[in-house]
Amino acid sequence: MQTLNMPLDEETIRSLKVGDPVLLKGVMITGRDAAHKWMVDTFIKKSRQPQGDDLDVYAAIKPLLAGGVIYHCGPVVGGLDTKQYKFVAAGPTTSIREEPYQGMVMKHFNVMGVIGKGGMGAKTLAACGEVPGVYLHAIGGAASLIAQTVTHVLGVYKLDFGVPEAMWVIEVNDFPAVVTMDSHNGSLHASVEAHSKAVLQELLAKA
Amino acid sequence: MQDITENILELVRLTSTDLPPDVEASIHRAIEEEEPGSAARGALETIIKNVELSRKNSTPICQDTGTPIFYVYYPSGWSTRVLRQQIEAAIVQATKKAYLRPNSVDSLTGKNSGNNLGGKHFPSIHFEEVEGDTLTIELLLKGGGCENVGAQYSLPNDALNAGRDLAGVRKVVLDAVYQAQGQGCAPGILGIAIGGDRGSSYYASKETLYRKLDDTNPDPQLDTLEKTLVSEGNLLGIGPMGFGGKTTLLGAKITHQNRLPASFFVSVSYMCWAYRRRRMTITNDLVKYE
Repeated sequence: MQTLNMPLDEETIRSLKVGDPVLLKGVMITGRDAAHKWMVDTFIKKSRQPQGDDLDVYAAIKPLLAGGVIYHCGPVVGGLDTKQYKFVAAGPTTSIREEPYQGMVMKHFNVMGVIGKGGMGAKTLAACGEVPGVYLHAIGGAASLIAQTVTHVLGVYKLDFGVPEAMWVIEVNDFPAVVTMDSHNGSLHASVEAHSKAVLQELLAKA
Repeated sequence: MQDITENILELVRLTSTDLPPDVEASIHRAIEEEEPGSAARGALETIIKNVELSRKNSTPICQDTGTPIFYVYYPSGWSTRVLRQQIEAAIVQATKKAYLRPNSVDSLTGKNSGNNLGGKHFPSIHFEEVEGDTLTIELLLKGGGCENVGAQYSLPNDALNAGRDLAGVRKVVLDAVYQAQGQGCAPGILGIAIGGDRGSSYYASKETLYRKLDDTNPDPQLDTLEKTLVSEGNLLGIGPMGFGGKTTLLGAKITHQNRLPASFFVSVSYMCWAYRRRRMTITNDLVKYE
């Protein structure tokens, strides 16, 4: 199985195809609903003025996201009282909720990998072709197993969003995922949906 | 009245970290159905590894520990007000011990309460007085990913050519499975309610999820429909995680209730494979978990 070292590079991304199983190694950052809306509103569409620590956080995450990987995950974290953070359970959350934002975020920060579950839509697939990037599918619900691949919690931004919505900077080793959307317009999700739609039409026509 | 906070805490720990045997067995059976080396089979094998690890380490099976949904069946003599306090205390402790993720968010401010409490509806608790002397508490942890793909249909539905009969129910439920794709962490379990109003129908669809996976519906027509929905749902080929494959559903449970002449609702609650539901009974001093 191929190991992907983060940060990623264009040549590696272009070599990846739908169906490839991979193991991720290096530093990634979690981000989900609140983080994506915050990034887009504050720094991309600029419909909202930066407030509080926004500009500092932006400066800190920008280098992490360049060639980097965003993980759609709201973890269970131990050590919240002592700040000796440890990931206890950390599977992927449903990615499609970030569809309105993901392509813009990928292009703005040059994000080359997005990890989540359930797949994403046409806008993200187009961004995968442009940036380039890949969508990596982790196993939904495999939270204890994935947490064991998190070797260090390096820091956390926007903890005021709440534990699940905060941006956790983590170091991982052998984080397992499968490429389900690639930089060549390939999407396993689009093909499974098309197949299941055809079967549904047959079943609905029966009786 | 006795203090059962510690017992409720154990119920929460067990529910979050230890998948019930009937669910685990059905995932093992599903592995055998999938092609060796396929992404579908790989996903199911990873799921089983995670289930075993969670049980061993007492860590949450899934990080989305969901809405804690309690059904409390109490004999006379128990105070529901005190039981609610004890459930809430247990939930706070379970959150501190990382059996639960802080999951209760103010819908207006976006602020997470941090302890899984929040108003009258979080956690969700239903009380019902029963005869006898056994207190039963059932708990379902239902995550947001699968909750988001739940659906409610008002029949007739012209687009799906679904009328007000069981044939129509079949059509809309299959549509719900198609719409969900892999988003609800397939393979899923469907809780289906026919009838009621919009609110009671959704509640009833969740109550069916307390049934055992391998039981039979007492109504032969509904039992047949449950089996049909599982086999036809699996023909859709969505597969584990939506990777494609033979296992899209592990089960379907149907209930029905009276409706208004004008209304015919079909509600589908989709439960992910991480089907976390457990039961505790207390008879005098004897506490049992199953």
